[in-house]
Amino acid sequence: MFHQWVKRPYRKLMLVALVAGLFSAGCGQQYVMLDPAGPVGKSELHLMILASIAMAIVIAIVFVLFFYALIRFRDKPGNTAPYRPEWDGHKWLEIVWWVLPAVLLTVIAIPMVKTTYALDRIPKAKDPVVIDVTSLTWKWLFQYPGQHVATVNYAVIPAGEPVLFELTANSPMNAFWVPQLGGMEYTMPNRVLPLWLEASKPGTYWGRSAQFSGIGFEKMMFNVKAVSPAAFQAWAQNTHATASPMTMQDYKQLLKFNTVGNATYGGYPQDTFPTVASGFTLTGSGMYTIEHNKNGIKYLPMTMSTNR
Amino acid sequence: MPSFVSYLIHTLFPPSVRLPDILLIDVGLVFGIIGIVVFLTKTGRWGSLWRDWLTTVDHKKIAVMYLIAALLMLFRGGVDALMIRAQLAAPGAHFMPASQYDEVFTTHGTIMIFFMAMPFIFALFNAVVPLMIGARDVAFPRLNAMSYWLFAMGAALFNVSFIIGGSPNAGWTAYPPYTGLAYNPGPGENYYFLALLIAGLGTTMTGINFLVTTIRMRAPGMTLMKMPMFVWSTMVTSALILFAFPPLTVALAMSLFDRLFGSSFFTLAHGGMPMMYVNLFWLFGHPEVYILVIPLFGVFSEVVATYSRKALFGYPLMVVSILAIMFLSYGTWVHHFFTMGAGPGVNAFFGLSTMLIAIPTGVKIFNWIFTMWGGRIQMTTAMLYQLAFIPTFVIGGATGVLLAVVPADYQFHNSYFLIAHFHNVIIGGTVFGLLSALYYWWPKMFGMKLNERQGRWAFWLFFIGFWVTFTPQYFLGLKGMTRRIYTYPAGFGWHQLNVISTVGALIMGAAFVVLVYNIVWSLRFGERDLTGDPWDGRTLEWALPSPVPEYNFARIPVVHERDAWWAMKQRGQSLAGSLRAEDVHDVEMPKNTPIPFLIGVSFFVMGFGMTFKWWPIAIIGFIGVILCLLFSGFDYDDHHHLKADVIRNTEASLGRLQG
Amino acid sequence: MSMPLAEEHEVQHLPVEFADEKESIKITGFWMFLVTDVLIFGSLFSTYAVYRGAVAQGPSANQLFQMGPVMLETLLLLTSSFTIGLGIYAMRKGNVKALMGWMLVTILLGAGFVGTEIHDFVSFAAIGATWHTSAFLSAFDILVGTHGAHVTFGIFWAVTLLFQLKKRGITAQTARKVFTYSLYWHFLDIVWIFIYTFVYLNGKIV
Repeated sequence: MFHQWVKRPYRKLMLVALVAGLFSAGCGQQYVMLDPAGPVGKSELHLMILASIAMAIVIAIVFVLFFYALIRFRDKPGNTAPYRPEWDGHKWLEIVWWVLPAVLLTVIAIPMVKTTYALDRIPKAKDPVVIDVTSLTWKWLFQYPGQHVATVNYAVIPAGEPVLFELTANSPMNAFWVPQLGGMEYTMPNRVLPLWLEASKPGTYWGRSAQFSGIGFEKMMFNVKAVSPAAFQAWAQNTHATASPMTMQDYKQLLKFNTVGNATYGGYPQDTFPTVASGFTLTGSGMYTIEHNKNGIKYLPMTMSTNR
Repeated sequence: MPSFVSYLIHTLFPPSVRLPDILLIDVGLVFGIIGIVVFLTKTGRWGSLWRDWLTTVDHKKIAVMYLIAALLMLFRGGVDALMIRAQLAAPGAHFMPASQYDEVFTTHGTIMIFFMAMPFIFALFNAVVPLMIGARDVAFPRLNAMSYWLFAMGAALFNVSFIIGGSPNAGWTAYPPYTGLAYNPGPGENYYFLALLIAGLGTTMTGINFLVTTIRMRAPGMTLMKMPMFVWSTMVTSALILFAFPPLTVALAMSLFDRLFGSSFFTLAHGGMPMMYVNLFWLFGHPEVYILVIPLFGVFSEVVATYSRKALFGYPLMVVSILAIMFLSYGTWVHHFFTMGAGPGVNAFFGLSTMLIAIPTGVKIFNWIFTMWGGRIQMTTAMLYQLAFIPTFVIGGATGVLLAVVPADYQFHNSYFLIAHFHNVIIGGTVFGLLSALYYWWPKMFGMKLNERQGRWAFWLFFIGFWVTFTPQYFLGLKGMTRRIYTYPAGFGWHQLNVISTVGALIMGAAFVVLVYNIVWSLRFGERDLTGDPWDGRTLEWALPSPVPEYNFARIPVVHERDAWWAMKQRGQSLAGSLRAEDVHDVEMPKNTPIPFLIGVSFFVMGFGMTFKWWPIAIIGFIGVILCLLFSGFDYDDHHHLKADVIRNTEASLGRLQG
Repeated sequence: MSMPLAEEHEVQHLPVEFADEKESIKITGFWMFLVTDVLIFGSLFSTYAVYRGAVAQGPSANQLFQMGPVMLETLLLLTSSFTIGLGIYAMRKGNVKALMGWMLVTILLGAGFVGTEIHDFVSFAAIGATWHTSAFLSAFDILVGTHGAHVTFGIFWAVTLLFQLKKRGITAQTARKVFTYSLYWHFLDIVWIFIYTFVYLNGKIV
């Protein structure tokens, strides 16, 4: 069985060809995780590659030992390999395989912890564009508190600078994910979670919900259009001036359990995004109030007295 | 009256479930049940069914019942899997409606984990643990039967949802608030919570039972460090069950109360927090992963030693690593939701603890390889599964480490990369292990070998099918396909990979057919095992005849070495004619009882009543439970004496009595 | 050569409930059950700790709790733990009458506890503080209610044991059953001390 597999190398070649074929099926750009378009996605990809190399070393060592043992010690007539039925331990060998994986994992662990902390801090720059994202059943609502515009099922962001997404849900849980820009974060009712992403250059990047939320879930796709900062400002001002604002009536329509197309609004009613929420912020954890003003966004931690 | 009937029909069979396939299965089930009833009546087997199976407390028979249930559930879960793969084979497909797809992936996951893998593992515990430790039964035989019937009735309740009222549809994790009445008004999630509560009760009892069995029931001389590895893994798994199931019970009960009694644990209007459910669920869920795989680590340790004809390498460190895994498994649950905003400190901690758990697991892999090293490897079907397991599990474990890297998990989470990873470890670890154990211990359970040639066919189909199914799913993940999506548009490059994956699933389906054929064929024509020791085994169960007599051991042996039976054979202690007639005494055996079966039925009735909020029915079930408990409380007639003469006759007929 | 064989019977000198090997194994099993129950209550306590502030529009702990009935409940339950202890002492001396007497006292004290607790819950419901009102009250009700249900079950259990003792006297089996019941009862007492401290006292102070 196995030894036949090894003895006939052309079969192995077929396996390699199969894997290569899988890679080449469709163009490489479709591997969105491997084709990041911003710094967040890039640093995540770096870690994936680093961990893959370390794991490839483990796999290689195990495979070599495994196949050698398998071929050498098969029970067949005339096998001259030593037979040692009572050999049940070897101190140094066993120490080696406690230490070896530990070393390899340390190599992964240190940059992992560093990146985990680094990605939790939005890079210091001028005040970032803030987008309040609400997942609804089954659609995405994007509100721009600084620009006073709102969109449904698509978002426009300035390229080349970090953008802060504040995520919540008025629906079951969903996960906000734009693979080429970076990893996902959940949207949860009564909580606001932050996520920063950046597109290095203009382009359209698709995103979708990654957490199942009902029968319309597979339609929860959206596009993120990254444009130059100037074009973004122009778009926002133009939309605010020309598009009709969202009324409370419109918002209630969005709360219905259905799917809708794209929509654009030149404003939106207050109280459609939580101003009091629990959750972790980029500055700490706990209950807090969110204050938007011209200078950007402020998280004000709540004291026990205001809590009650 | 007619309005009542139409109400009944509408509640039990809402429009969403009146699909042609379900109707077909309904009809098939009715005919199937009629067929079974006719068969039992015609052959006059009702009495034997009741005496030998429904009321039995014999661990070996309970093992058989667990095994049958597990194989049936493997079939159901496998059909669900094929339906999922059929739906995903083409972009924009409508093989079935979205509502049904949601039910199918939910039942696939729930059944495979709770109603296939768990009972299969318990079948192994029941079949061999008492034999391995030299005991006549488990610590609490009646509780054992009750565990089985609670599991079986939980499984029945869960499967009834398919034909009556609609299946659960919120995924096997059932996160609120989607399971709340606001988003999920049907009875499906009630079924889920109640079925898992009932089955979970049985599982907890099994955990208690086997922990006490392995602690208190071992033969004299079998110290902890002389226990076979499978017994160690049983002990550790039982301890894990003890600590893991209570949080699940609490989480399920709170979700159920929200739905049935209007409490506010996870509903949003009154301050409920869905995150609390997620934490409690995974506080159970991560140890559960190890509950699913540690028993199979035990199986592999037995199988590799037997078929390499060599002692297990590094036994003490195998024990240390299994204990390390047990402790660490309680400290990793947050890695199932790094992307729920726990903050970098918490995420980094749980990422590190998850990586840490890879070390003892890696140690076990090396020890298995070095058990083969210097041995003589026999390529039996059971060993083939072991040999497939090592590379498969290493790759699955490696992708697991990738997922533990927190920032990378922000990308991988809920993508098909994750799906591929956990199938890679659960199939590559658990299912390969279960099938290995099936071929290894089948002669001990049933008295005949499974045909090796057919077994090889099943193995190669399963192994190849597995890789063809799940390799493309890694790449689908890298292409951004997320789990639980009903369908996808063309243009993402997901189509071809999905087609390959579906082909692989079909190959695995073919493997299942061959496996069933193998079992049925072998039951009729399989090579009988007359020696009781067909594999030249190492542990005590192989000292007994196959199948094992009711009392297991005519006399309890004394153990001096780790591989007790191997050592006895080395010293020339023979199988046949070793027992002297005067060494055989009367043996106290547990007596059959209908109470475990009846208490299971009562729980089923209660669960069914609660699912539809039909309180009279629920109360009838509850009264049934109380009556069963009362009866068993006053029942002191729980054992009988098996006469020494009966044992002597049995042993003599097996050629094991001296003279 | 034959296999080495174990002795069939071993003689041990232990308290009556441990004397029989089979019954003593059942006591080990009951300890394992208590482990699962500890974890059930652990999960409920942690839920309560998280939900304590989630009062929504309902009353807070401070506004709701009345310490008078709680003190009474504590007194009743702690005393009952002492009386069942005296019962076990009588059992080991072989005095079945004293054992049954102390168990009866335990049952009555337990009934007093449950009665007071039900009265408490009914008075909460009267002011609209049901578990529908807030997540805090849901967590409170399920924690204290699970404990109350355990005590109620214990009372019925003790009643069935009284009948068995009356019929059979103190045997290896009845002694084991009474002993496991006493373990259960002490366990509920310990859980109550935690409820008293972390739920009631803490709720009143903070």
